[in-house]
Amino acid sequence: MIVGSQKPIEEIWDMVKDSKKVLVFGCNTCIAVCHAGGDKEAETIAMMLRMRASQEGKNIEVKHFSVMRHCEPEYFVPVMEEVKKYDLVLSTACGVGVNFLSERIGDVPVYPGVNTSFYGGVPASGVFTELCGGCGDCVLHLTGGICPIVRCSKSLMNGPCGGTKDGKCEVSDEIDCAWYLIVERMKKLGTLDKLAEIQPPRNWSSSAHGGPRRIVVEHLQELEQKEDNKG
Amino acid sequence: MKSGSNLEKVILSGQPAVTAELGPPMGADPHEVIKKAQLLRGFCDAANITDCQTAVVRMSSISAAVLALSEGLEPVTQMTCRDRNRIAMQADLLGAAALGLKNCLCLAGDHQKFSAAGKLKGHPGAKNVYDVDTVQLVGILKKMRDEGLQEGGDKLEAAPKFFIGASWTPMGDPIDFRPINLLKKVNAGADFIQTQGIYDIELFRSQMEKIHKMGLHERTAILGGIIVPKSAMMLKYMDSSVAGVSVPKKLIERMNKAKEAAGDDKKKAREFQEAEGIKLTVELIHQVLETPGVKGVHIQAIEWESAIEGIVKAAGLYPRPSV
Repeated sequence: MIVGSQKPIEEIWDMVKDSKKVLVFGCNTCIAVCHAGGDKEAETIAMMLRMRASQEGKNIEVKHFSVMRHCEPEYFVPVMEEVKKYDLVLSTACGVGVNFLSERIGDVPVYPGVNTSFYGGVPASGVFTELCGGCGDCVLHLTGGICPIVRCSKSLMNGPCGGTKDGKCEVSDEIDCAWYLIVERMKKLGTLDKLAEIQPPRNWSSSAHGGPRRIVVEHLQELEQKEDNKG
Repeated sequence: MKSGSNLEKVILSGQPAVTAELGPPMGADPHEVIKKAQLLRGFCDAANITDCQTAVVRMSSISAAVLALSEGLEPVTQMTCRDRNRIAMQADLLGAAALGLKNCLCLAGDHQKFSAAGKLKGHPGAKNVYDVDTVQLVGILKKMRDEGLQEGGDKLEAAPKFFIGASWTPMGDPIDFRPINLLKKVNAGADFIQTQGIYDIELFRSQMEKIHKMGLHERTAILGGIIVPKSAMMLKYMDSSVAGVSVPKKLIERMNKAKEAAGDDKKKAREFQEAEGIKLTVELIHQVLETPGVKGVHIQAIEWESAIEGIVKAAGLYPRPSV
């Protein structure tokens, strides 16, 4: 899932302080799971902004509500008329939601209430770790299911650098060395010898380095058209 | 002959090779490089010119290498994967070859986080590159040299003739992967290897036995890394904090004894420890050179280039062969 964390309230306040009518617009999927921008968090942010406004003697109306997802029109179209009544929307969705809504909301500014960080998992309650870099050319079958692109601080493809110590990365002893994990995992799987193969320089054009990406699933488009025709 | 470099010639002659290290200055004064080059000239076959070591901005490796070369010291240009993509790397290396540089050591490079360690502010917020890794960079250099092709496949009008090197951390984690790591670098085309600093000679030898069995010592020239210790504190720090380096207790005790012999005299304590450090270095050089499969030593006297002359002479490695 997409993992993020709430922006400092001071930064949010700076974004909204000159508006009259602010909507804190929550998103109840990924970003709610990481307790950064779901309905509950949107409510809390709205409350804090109201308190701050009253402390500063500012007359700002701050409301909140949420939808299931900001990244698909079907979820927010039903509330769009309501959303447009505000003069600023603070979206607590991930950056995808902010972008998506910005392009569809007309003249109302949509600002981010969340710092979107990574694609990750939840190894323990309250802990989120980055596990996939969304590089567009998955190599997990070559590395025991552990991603060297995003879990190795240097995205090394052919083994660890010299900075591994006690299984930890040179960047921090709180970061596991991905290559240490890969080697241990592949030993367990009996596939360590596969690591002797040289991985050639990658073609990064499938990642963000190739420019913004777009995937078109043609059969889905066709299906939709057929249904539209029926209707 | 692949490059015609002095280092390559010494290695081919079968005599133990000696490389040293020259750290470029944090400034634009060429005399800093020239001074260091004069200290090293004649006492090594080539000297590594570091490429923004610990991610600290310094005079670039290629430009400092050209300064060293003009002083009669053969440089080993270093190229890290941290700061350049394959376009910049190849362009810089074509320029390096055009300027007369013949050796290139490929490295991953310390993470930019290290630049803010110690007293420096550094650039820990810099964006790193890592378009290619060390093994891939070695392969790119080989393809440029032997096939006259860029990584992307375009033809080079003139191929850069580098003697290609790579680093190796024989005793790093995960230790049973380290021989495979070396195998990949050799398969990619590394002509020579400089290892991380060795203090634990027994562990190094056990790793080298595996290398011997794999026959890698015949396919590349392995130069054992020696980091000249200056003090007991430095040895303890390297043991506890430097990845891939373990220092046996008895070596730390020896340095401690040297320090204690000076009593409260701080100046003497420093001198005694430096003298012991040089003695210890000479012993390590012999032990490393006696290890089957080793073709030379890479002596790093970090910010202590003046120590190299004495070390090389005491180790019986002077004069350096003229080949």
